[in-house]
Amino acid sequence: MLPAEAAFNFLGMQTIQFAAKFEFLDEIRDFVGHIARDAGFTEKEIYNIQLATDEAASNVIEHAYEGIADGMLEMSCGFRDGAITIILTDHGESFDPSTIPMPDLKADLSKRKIGGLGIFLMRKLMDEVHYESHPESNSNTLTLIKRKG
Amino acid sequence: MEITVQEFKHCDMITIKGRVDSATAPQLAQALEAANEGGKYKLVVNMEGLEYMSSAGFRALLAAQRNCKKYNRGEVVLAVVPDRIREALELAGFTELFKTFDDTLSAVGHF
Repeated sequence: MLPAEAAFNFLGMQTIQFAAKFEFLDEIRDFVGHIARDAGFTEKEIYNIQLATDEAASNVIEHAYEGIADGMLEMSCGFRDGAITIILTDHGESFDPSTIPMPDLKADLSKRKIGGLGIFLMRKLMDEVHYESHPESNSNTLTLIKRKG
Repeated sequence: MEITVQEFKHCDMITIKGRVDSATAPQLAQALEAANEGGKYKLVVNMEGLEYMSSAGFRALLAAQRNCKKYNRGEVVLAVVPDRIREALELAGFTELFKTFDDTLSAVGHF
């Protein structure tokens, strides 16, 4: 039996399963975009929520499922108490984005690092980013939260 | 995403339309590499019809800028960058690495 709060949370979220492939990024952005638009976020906020979600999903596809062709990515999204929450669940390798060093944004062209940029953008664009690894269910969850206004 | 290439006397203009993400960025990288392989290092990237670009697109631009600026043989400049994309480029610290122009005429005229 779920506590009332968790049940409400669960029912308030929409969930879609995607094959963990880059070709579904369009649909993943549309999925969170619709919920953000219905919740009344501005066009700028919607773009940034979609960008952060894309970066998160791209990282899962690229790193958690590196070398795995049939991985699944579960996307849950909902709006409650003035905030949109996006939860990405995968069953691939643990890949904690907080362990990735921040890119040096002041480095000149030749020293500018290519990696880490997506994770940096994701963290900058969202209010909260949480990563959890669940060995008992062989899954990882990445939670993104953006408050309105 | 749709890419078209236009040749000018002193530079080439690469126009990107639609959305650039991890799925489509390899096509952009390929177009930029093809220009370089053809000996073109002075490139205008026209973003007027661009709706979306993730960091995968930024990486393609960065790789091209490195290659073009080698031996002072050229550079990549950006034209008509939509607001949302400009804001993300700024956040990533990329606006310092690329000259940007409000219209394609002044971008082409830069070379």
